[in-house]
Amino acid sequence: MSAYGSLRRVGRWLLLALVAFPIVWVLFIASGTTFGSAVSDPKDFFITLLNGVTAAALYFVVASGFTLIFGLMRVVNMAHGALFLLGGYIALHIQRNSVGSGGALGISSAQVSFMQWFLPLVAATFIVAGVGLVMQQLFLRWNQGQDLRQALITIAISIILADQMLAHYGGVAEDISWPRTFDKFVNLHAYGIQYTLTRLVILGIGLLIGGALWLWLKRTRTGMVIRAGVDDRDMVSAMGVNIQLFFALAFFVGCGLAGLGGAVGGSFASLAPGVDANWLLNSLIVVIIGGMGSLGGAAIGALLLGLTTNFAAAYLPENYTYYSIIFTFVLLAIVLAVRPLGLYGRPA
Amino acid sequence: MKAAQGSKLTIDRATGAVLVVVALFAPLIFTEYWVATLLTQMLFLGIVAASLIFLSAYGGMVSLGQVAIYGIAGFALGNLTTNGNTKGLNLGWAEAPGIVVAIVIAVAVAFLFGALASRSYGIYFLMITLVYSVIANLVFGQVTSISGFGGISGIPIPSWLSRTAHPDRLYFVTLAVALLVYACLRYVARTPFGLTLQGIRDDPVRMSSLGYNIALHRMLAFTFAGLIAAIGGILFVWWNAQIAPSTIGLSATIDVLVIAVIGGLYRLEGAWLGALVFVVLNNYAPRVSVVGDRFHTLIGVVFLVIVLISPNGLIGLWERATVGRRRVTPGDIAQERGSAEPTPVG
Repeated sequence: MSAYGSLRRVGRWLLLALVAFPIVWVLFIASGTTFGSAVSDPKDFFITLLNGVTAAALYFVVASGFTLIFGLMRVVNMAHGALFLLGGYIALHIQRNSVGSGGALGISSAQVSFMQWFLPLVAATFIVAGVGLVMQQLFLRWNQGQDLRQALITIAISIILADQMLAHYGGVAEDISWPRTFDKFVNLHAYGIQYTLTRLVILGIGLLIGGALWLWLKRTRTGMVIRAGVDDRDMVSAMGVNIQLFFALAFFVGCGLAGLGGAVGGSFASLAPGVDANWLLNSLIVVIIGGMGSLGGAAIGALLLGLTTNFAAAYLPENYTYYSIIFTFVLLAIVLAVRPLGLYGRPA
Repeated sequence: MKAAQGSKLTIDRATGAVLVVVALFAPLIFTEYWVATLLTQMLFLGIVAASLIFLSAYGGMVSLGQVAIYGIAGFALGNLTTNGNTKGLNLGWAEAPGIVVAIVIAVAVAFLFGALASRSYGIYFLMITLVYSVIANLVFGQVTSISGFGGISGIPIPSWLSRTAHPDRLYFVTLAVALLVYACLRYVARTPFGLTLQGIRDDPVRMSSLGYNIALHRMLAFTFAGLIAAIGGILFVWWNAQIAPSTIGLSATIDVLVIAVIGGLYRLEGAWLGALVFVVLNNYAPRVSVVGDRFHTLIGVVFLVIVLISPNGLIGLWERATVGRRRVTPGDIAQERGSAEPTPVG
């Protein structure tokens, strides 16, 4: 047993080193990288930091829907990535129809007004929310509590959705255009950074969604019931609350957030087959790190994932930047080694 | 009741014996295309699915990480044994040490994966292992020194196994390995280790208070299943002569899960049954005009129907047909209620 204990002590030091070394590396060493250390090049350090935080905002929007559904219903919605992609394609389709064909390179931002970006986004959110609701009512409502079976059902649905989207939208990567309102750079008045407004818009959306969810869950009666349901579904149900209604609501909102994320993500990056897998991965990592069912955990998880991916890509020595994906795994490994249920996870 | 159980066992054994005999004489019964392509593919996919079913049936762990291990073994073999003219490290080793080291690497990764996931249960375990698979796919897609997007091609196969030497040899080797894997998994399930594992599946808290190290047993089970998946990966590379990140992507991960679920998640035989259904659909469905290119929609629908109707897959239907009533097993996913609640241990 003492051998096991000393092994654990070694493990703890190893973990500490794994956390400390990247920080020291980025701040002071960073030899062979494009930018150099943060001390010598604070401007690029702050740009990377902003990139990480804005990416985290989008991770949060998508993952908060995933964690909301899991927290209340214990359903792992494996179709979350497919719904993300569906939201993106719906927004793309509506935007193309309203703006027209555009040039050879697709629609340019100059052609798109704010409403031609915002309305497709709203439509995508509500349509995907509706799709999610139908999915829940048809396939998931009657086998409550059989979590593995429900996960398998959502996997089956995601296979069908992904294949049908490939059939309808093809395999070519496409993207939603930002409106001309957002297509500019803003001066941050710090280290002379000119930062793209679109990323700040994403950050704003993330903060807005986070704030709205927080108010909804903490300050309204509906939110109160949902929080009570997360802790003890059976008791809430026994108190005379129609829990099925709240399950449906949580699924509607959770899937809507995937659709919203898809519309924003399709403007930020592109939409193509395979994007659904990446976003399912992002959502899974965020909630595994943060703890399933915890909104605050999703925020912390998204922030850690966003910072890790962006700093790994920017601060690895130039010939090794393609190893950045490994750091996502290292992040997951560190968190799971210390807290198997995630940072804010608790045994249900 | 007892007699029904006995006759059921007789039916099972007789069916199994007939199938093994058919498999042994397959080259006489089926066309060369069926033997060299479909049946060989069925056998190695079955091996990978069997590693998943082993974990699920005896350990209560549904792992989506088996394809990652399978791919790591395949990529390791590709990197070690190719010599020039392709992506990867091109180390140019001989086949025998290449195979051994590839399997060792894959098993070491399985050990690491298992160590990290062994304290998670139920649906958490499923999610963590899914992350392993997606990350493995991204690593091989992005790290150009070991593979890159296009993958490794022209991986050598031992000359006596190649199709030019004899069309059926790879089939027979794969068949022998599959039978060996099946026997080995059945054997391990009856060893003290296997029994402990089943105890942990049924009641981790009790096993923990009896003094068993739960996490250690689950980690070792995952490592052992990793060995089986790695063997499947080697056979795949021999069969295909190349491996690319797309062959171990999310869709491949789901394919193996589909195979295991179609077969049935609680009996090892289901692995090869599911693989047979999958491989035949994969080859013949696209020729049906309604299906065409939409093979994955068909697979998704078949998968959905199986999960909705018979959560124990085709083996579950077989059980119902032969016994006339539903067999209740602890691994039965329809009964597995509330396993999302991680059991507090240790």
